Amino acid sequence: MTKRGHREIIVEWLIESVIRLCGISAILFVFGIFFFVFREGGAVLFKDFKFGEFFFSTAWYPSSPSHVRYGTLALLAGTFSVTVLAMVIAIPFGIGAAIFVSEFCGPKLKETLKIVIELLAAIPSVVWGFIGLTVLNPLIIRLFDAPIGLNVLNGGIILALMSVPIIVSIGEDALKAVPDSYREAGLALGATRWQLIYRVLLPAAKNGLLAAGLLGVARAVGETMAVLMATGHAINIPTSLLDPVRTLTATIAAELGEAPVHSDHYRVLFVIGILLFLITTVVNLTADLIVRGVRKK
Amino acid sequence: MRWPAATLSVVAASLLAVGMLLAAHGCGGTQSVATGHKKVAIQNAGSDTLVNVAQAWAEEYAEVGPEVSVEVSGGGSGTGIAALIAGTVDIANSSRHITADEAARAKQNTGKEPVEFVVGYDALAIFVHPANPLDEITLAQIADIYAEKGRYTRWSDLGVKLPGKSGDKIIRVSRQSNSGTYHFFREAVLGKKADFRLGSLDLHGSKEVVELIERTPNAIGYSGMGYATPRVKMLRVAKQPGAPAILPCVESTLNGSYPIARPLLMYTLGEPTGHVRQYLQWIYSEAGQQLLGKCGYVPVPPERRPRFDS
Repeated sequence: MTKRGHREIIVEWLIESVIRLCGISAILFVFGIFFFVFREGGAVLFKDFKFGEFFFSTAWYPSSPSHVRYGTLALLAGTFSVTVLAMVIAIPFGIGAAIFVSEFCGPKLKETLKIVIELLAAIPSVVWGFIGLTVLNPLIIRLFDAPIGLNVLNGGIILALMSVPIIVSIGEDALKAVPDSYREAGLALGATRWQLIYRVLLPAAKNGLLAAGLLGVARAVGETMAVLMATGHAINIPTSLLDPVRTLTATIAAELGEAPVHSDHYRVLFVIGILLFLITTVVNLTADLIVRGVRKK
Repeated sequence: MRWPAATLSVVAASLLAVGMLLAAHGCGGTQSVATGHKKVAIQNAGSDTLVNVAQAWAEEYAEVGPEVSVEVSGGGSGTGIAALIAGTVDIANSSRHITADEAARAKQNTGKEPVEFVVGYDALAIFVHPANPLDEITLAQIADIYAEKGRYTRWSDLGVKLPGKSGDKIIRVSRQSNSGTYHFFREAVLGKKADFRLGSLDLHGSKEVVELIERTPNAIGYSGMGYATPRVKMLRVAKQPGAPAILPCVESTLNGSYPIARPLLMYTLGEPTGHVRQYLQWIYSEAGQQLLGKCGYVPVPPERRPRFDS
């Protein structure tokens, strides 16, 4: 009897530690990645790194034979323009869909919609990129008489489609978190459905919806493969929606594989990685703080 | 923390199962070594220009030398040479010559000098959309379209009027800055020290360039002659204004009249031996060179082939 008891204690301890390790591993990985990216990129940061050129020059010439320049302004503009357009499209759609799913549709339709939206989230980004390349490209050329269909518009639409599922599911959670007593009180006061949503639910769920939008932004900023294929991958400060651009992520994806390890080019690509890391961390942290604000209330 | 006994036993059982699997795997591993029926693998990586041919060679060679399996991957000349420097490939494919610096690093890293083999020739064709009325172009005009200080941004600058309604902006299609094709194009057309003008569409593969031009009436681009399809147009290229404009083909590549042609290279670490040597020997055989021709490239004439007498 005592022997069996011992074994049970050992097994229990073992499994507990394994599970604890699984829990902590996320933190370990994040810090590991953080450390790795800084170690690879750091060397160039402390060796007469031209911050002015990095942030304010559009000239990205990593393999110029005469004058190597690492200016990321055009890449930042590319990421920024595509992300903004994606959010302009995705946030109204996503929040609208969240309101519909949470407030209007019956339970059966709701289940179907949720499954389909999850399916949308499960489409690999390379497939989205392929759609941008083969479907949207000729369509944009024909519709807008554009010289090229791979541009901000194409990338923005693709990214919007990719971020909608996140916005819908988090937005729906936020709306669901609004207590039913609010809805009942609103209806009891004679509010129409529209008034209920506009005056009661949206203000009550505002933080959660904002967080949904911000996570959509983080998704769009970090997306790589789809924008690499859909934006045209051209270093260019866009002056219209029909201009091709290149994003920070796509630059890393396209060039890191062939940049000689530990060369300046390789390290600068890691510096871009640090920059992206900072952008998404700030966005995620803001979203997190907002969500926490919701819970405290 | 208290867990239901059922959960506990399930977890324990699965842990046990994993352990048994690992043990079984270990046994399997030793057995296969003992019987020793393992294929010899030749690692072959690099240039995207060469990847189709390399793949075709590898497949064909599986029938010639069944004890050898050639594992081909692309990624670009830079990737192949980087792998050669790291010593992780047996043969690196490249569409540009190895630089002195790269050769020195390979020597330093692996203790062996890279050895170069010219396995074929490639002509870089200049492609436009079939609707484009342009038929020939000079090297200087191409440079004016692509170079940092070039003058041409619209098709009308070249005296070309495009049909259709998408304006006359020239859409420059180029390659990512580390591809061998990009470097060769710069050397052959723009000049050794020149830079590309920013704003070109920098695509990630030879095939992608052609596919994009098929769909884009305003585009111009460069890619291997072997990637031509019926839905794009190859331009005749003249060295100087007034000189005859030449279409890229086998003959014009070999006799040097087509101005944008280059050798296709394979590099080994040190003089190749054993299976790698036999493989290269086969690549230079009539069968190997014919296969290269079928992929759209230009075979090495017999008198220029290296001889592998030992």
